[in-house]
Amino acid sequence: MTARTEDKAPARAVTRGTVVIDIDRCKGCELCIPACPPQVLTMSTEGNSLGYLYPILEPGCTGCTACLQVCPDFVFEIYRYDDPIDETTATEETIR
Amino acid sequence: MTEMRLLDGSEAIVEAALLAGARFFAGYPMAPATELLEHMAAKLPRVDGVCINADSELQAVNMALGAAQVGARAATGSCGQGLALMQEAIAEAALNETPLVIFNIARNQQDYFQATRGGGWGDYRTVTFAPKDLHEAVEHTHLAFHVADKYRVPVIFMADNLIARTQMGTALPVPELETLPPKDWALDGTMGGTGASRWIWTFGGGKANRPGVGPDGYWRQIADKFDRIAKAEARHEQGFCDDAECVVVAFGSGGKFVEHVVRELRAEGHKIGFFRPVTLWPFPSEALEAATENASNILVFELNAGQMIDDVRLAVEGRDRIKPIGGISFDDSGLNIGPLMDARVIRTRILDQLAGKPLTELPYTGMGAYL
Amino acid sequence: MRAIDTSLPPQRPATKTAEFKPSLLLKEDHHLCAGCGEPVAIRLILEVIEELELTQNNVCILGHGCYGSFIMLMDVDSTLCLHGRAPAVATGMKRMRPGVAIWTLQGDGDMTSEGLAEIMQTAARGEDVTCFMLNNGVFGDTGGQMTASSVIGQRTKNTIEGRDAGYHGNPIQLAEILSQMPGAGYVARGSVHNAASINATRKMIRKAFQRPMDGHGLALMEILTMCPTGWFVPPGEGAEYMMESLGKVYGLGELKDAGAASDDDSDD
Repeated sequence: MTARTEDKAPARAVTRGTVVIDIDRCKGCELCIPACPPQVLTMSTEGNSLGYLYPILEPGCTGCTACLQVCPDFVFEIYRYDDPIDETTATEETIR
Repeated sequence: MTEMRLLDGSEAIVEAALLAGARFFAGYPMAPATELLEHMAAKLPRVDGVCINADSELQAVNMALGAAQVGARAATGSCGQGLALMQEAIAEAALNETPLVIFNIARNQQDYFQATRGGGWGDYRTVTFAPKDLHEAVEHTHLAFHVADKYRVPVIFMADNLIARTQMGTALPVPELETLPPKDWALDGTMGGTGASRWIWTFGGGKANRPGVGPDGYWRQIADKFDRIAKAEARHEQGFCDDAECVVVAFGSGGKFVEHVVRELRAEGHKIGFFRPVTLWPFPSEALEAATENASNILVFELNAGQMIDDVRLAVEGRDRIKPIGGISFDDSGLNIGPLMDARVIRTRILDQLAGKPLTELPYTGMGAYL
Repeated sequence: MRAIDTSLPPQRPATKTAEFKPSLLLKEDHHLCAGCGEPVAIRLILEVIEELELTQNNVCILGHGCYGSFIMLMDVDSTLCLHGRAPAVATGMKRMRPGVAIWTLQGDGDMTSEGLAEIMQTAARGEDVTCFMLNNGVFGDTGGQMTASSVIGQRTKNTIEGRDAGYHGNPIQLAEILSQMPGAGYVARGSVHNAASINATRKMIRKAFQRPMDGHGLALMEILTMCPTGWFVPPGEGAEYMMESLGKVYGLGELKDAGAASDDDSDD
């Protein structure tokens, strides 16, 4: 189980899911960063309204819910796309 | 009402509790409350109730608290020393509005401050019934559960070893009491996920979607409730006070002894009356003030170094009229009522006091019986 | 790398697979510290209650600790009782409502320090109740002092040089003790330090509710939870610190399962 969530190589060429992040409730604990199997979460460099850094999502999310499960502040909501996004052809303008 | 039976006080109290609907008891043995636990253990299962032989008084009172919070009529009990260990939970029951009955089968009368002042935290009071004998104990058992449910408060029932261990004939009459509303506040577990889940909590915080008034507001509400109870629930018994020049105040078993002596002295022509607080809290202050209006002597008989006398002093004008005629009085074991609880001794003390003579001190009995 | 706007739900066709909070939580906001493990454990418990269809058939008794504030957030019938006494309160409740799932939510300070007699003797009686101990080895609510569960060497506000066995005594391994008692039907220790452990803990929590409901006796479900504030470590390092300190003393897994034979999800 540990292998599945932590050690498997990320498949960032495809985005299968996404999250909504309520950044203003985030307290910046960073637990979600190592929890993310495809490693598509990074911490912001500017604070939220409370002054805490918060996670930012990059392409490659699988919608696995690991971030939601480890988050003490309930800031994640998880979606799975009906059709995955091919990140090799996606641009800044690709609709999320 | 059942057929007339000869019962000791402990058994009569337990029978009355079952008739009052009590279905849970948790206790820990300590003389002279042990027989209460034994009778509960024997009788509660017969009515589908539960008696837990708890491993400490702390656990006993908290078990009863839990049983009461899910809606059962629940009680715990011990003597004053055991109630000392329960103080935190008694205060908790008062502050989180859990109806709980606590039986104190006291060794003596040194529990007056404990019952009426309490040793727990917060602005709370405990309604305390102090029966004078087995018959009143049966009635008070019903009243204790009723008042506890009516106001959602802990109620102390304070009898003593004389009542608990004396046999009397009783038909276990059930007093007629008003019907109380259903306990819609009880934690029956059914309201989860409805947005209207219930809470019981001393801080009065409520739930996030229905915030409570918070600790400050909640504790004011609790204090207001005890003010209402103080006005509505004070009970007393008195006799011959209208023209009495001397009124003797006593509670519990002592009150019954004093009543007997006062009736004798009345028959002999003394202008004397008796006054007995039936509830120790609320103390029947207004009634006592009225009953002692014309008395030049107010004698206080209690088997302790002077506890109820404070409430007498608070209730009536003219401190110099108030004199103690009781005192500490145990038998050699330190567990039972001593030689002061004797009609002849009480009579002598009243007459000495009226004659302006000092009280005769009873000698220490020593440990002779044990050596 | 491209940062994605995550402030709103996606515009492409998508299915929501998980909500911010479990439905039995009335709202997300709470005042517990950054990196605290307790809300994570509480999410699991509330999700399992719903999975097992106990939503309208359970009562929670909270002890005293940071988690206590969740009495206002959890949409279940609940009381916050005196420190350490929750198993005694649960006993009275269960005996009067035998069909209802009665569960306590306690910390290590509440259960192993103040309330050791209550949990031990409730287990000895074999009461069919579920007792959760959120174990972070510290009195978090008072600012990080030693509990009976603090491990040797652990720095707290009143063992500032580290807990010393000779001076402060040794930690109590409550789950190991309870697993020897006939009245305890299920004893397990989980953790919320990563997603894998959270999943394993969720399965244990299911059994911790099921076993007492099936009459196997008391369930003790201990969950190691991070308390970076009480450990003087940055929030992001709490999980690692926990497994290097408490995790070395308090091994994870099931210690006892009296109902294993009747288990219908033994593939867990």
